[in-house]
Amino acid sequence: MTITAGIDVGSTYTKAVLFDDTGAILARAMRPTGFRLSEVSKEVYGACLEAAGLTEADINYVVATGFGRHRVDFKDIAVTDLTAAARGANYFFPGTRTVLDIGGQTMKASRIDETAKVVAFRLNDKCAAGTGAFLEKTARYMGYSVQEIGPVMQTARQAVPISGVCAVFAESEVINHLSLGTPPGDIMQGAIESLTTRTVQLLRRIKAQPEYTLVGGILRFQTMARTVERSLDHAVNVPPDGNCQFVAALGAAILGHRRLKRLSTNAPTSTPADLQARV
Amino acid sequence: MAYAAGVDVGSTQTKAVVISEDGTIVGRALVDTGANVIQAAQNAFNEALAEYKLSEQEVEYVIGTGYGRYRVTFGNDQVTEISCHARGAVHLFPNTRTVVDMGGQDTKAIKVSEDGEIVDFCMNDKCAAGTGRFLGAAAAALDIPLEDLGDTALRSSHPVKISTTCTVFAESEVLSWLGKGKKIEDILWGVHRSIATRSGGLMRRVGVADEVTFTGGVSRNTAMVAALEQRIGKSMNVSEECQYIGALGAALFALDRIKAGRLPAQPVHGEA
Repeated sequence: MTITAGIDVGSTYTKAVLFDDTGAILARAMRPTGFRLSEVSKEVYGACLEAAGLTEADINYVVATGFGRHRVDFKDIAVTDLTAAARGANYFFPGTRTVLDIGGQTMKASRIDETAKVVAFRLNDKCAAGTGAFLEKTARYMGYSVQEIGPVMQTARQAVPISGVCAVFAESEVINHLSLGTPPGDIMQGAIESLTTRTVQLLRRIKAQPEYTLVGGILRFQTMARTVERSLDHAVNVPPDGNCQFVAALGAAILGHRRLKRLSTNAPTSTPADLQARV
Repeated sequence: MAYAAGVDVGSTQTKAVVISEDGTIVGRALVDTGANVIQAAQNAFNEALAEYKLSEQEVEYVIGTGYGRYRVTFGNDQVTEISCHARGAVHLFPNTRTVVDMGGQDTKAIKVSEDGEIVDFCMNDKCAAGTGRFLGAAAAALDIPLEDLGDTALRSSHPVKISTTCTVFAESEVLSWLGKGKKIEDILWGVHRSIATRSGGLMRRVGVADEVTFTGGVSRNTAMVAALEQRIGKSMNVSEECQYIGALGAALFALDRIKAGRLPAQPVHGEA
């Protein structure tokens, strides 16, 4: 059996996925990225191997992706997060033509073809108002931790307008709303809607087409997908079983298998042992 | 003797200035704005009065300015902070042609004519980058008091380049530089330079003409003065009074009203 690993070193979280040649996800692991990228990628990889009951020697190929991909010392190859997320989205939803990846510090929209190749993309990594950090900040201003965002959002009834031009300035809006007695859930929903406005703008700029697949940590909150659906007036896909955060890592692992296959056709003398020696 | 007052309710701090008939500052005060804006305005006014042992009744006209100017409940009128900063800056430095006001939540560049009229202005109010908040975030991330920022930054010998624009992301960039073993002063000088780049761009949009006067709370920060001067290639007027310039401008407008005899029958607080 051939097993590959995908390591996605994102701005906020580092994710790892082990994937075999039958097309099954063997294990997943995730840790906050922090500032020591080499170390954290090693830790997440270790946790993932442990979860699968495997050792480094069992892994045939390691593909790194995400903004910190070049700091993954044990990688065989690095691919961009757009390429990886496109491949991962295609795994769950082969009809995907648009991938929207909302991460902690970036928002990425890509249009892809039927082979999961990226045709066009746009990203926002300059302003927190268009990323997961916006929701996190909004929650913090109200005294909630990131873990509490989900439960708070379930209490929402009527969104209040949050301008969303700046995650820092949103603080005064949030405080104003709180002092007027607005329930926190409604403020949170307002933040989601303002984030969605940004999302739809980005999608328009790449001339997005269905099917839309939404990935990234923020999709843990079902409200996010529903809000985007309402704005687009079209259904969207969200990877099942909590995989929304692991799509790029999984895509990287899938690319590892393709790469291995190509290596073995081009260089028939190479054996898994040779490949392992590189790890 | 007639007295006039200006109360500048800023996003972070509220300033009050009381002047006498000849335009001399007789009392001034600064308090944190906090959540109770009305109270902050009243407190700042009372403190400024106490400094010269004046009573509220002795002040004939009060003008409110700043983002909370309508919360100055005892004010007779309101004037925008742009007009007030221009007026106050030209009063202190008569040759002022460009005013840069860096406050807690926004930065403004104002071009004024020889007679103190506003020719043009532009402001950074949609994004916290390039405002005092950016410094506040860096200070919080590095855990050093705001008032020590300037002196610390000026000790820098190998400045880092802060590459993020957004204040939220800059917080994590600051921490990551710290994690890489960079010195606090080198990181801080990088932060000051980054703000200077943003606000320098704002100033260029209205035109940087002689003389430039730097106002607002951030002008008290020596490193910010140095970074901005380096950026625009000019020295700027800075004064002890810089934080009070908006309130001073408001007080001067109030004095105009007194002199023009356009007083309402009674000040608002007298009617109550």
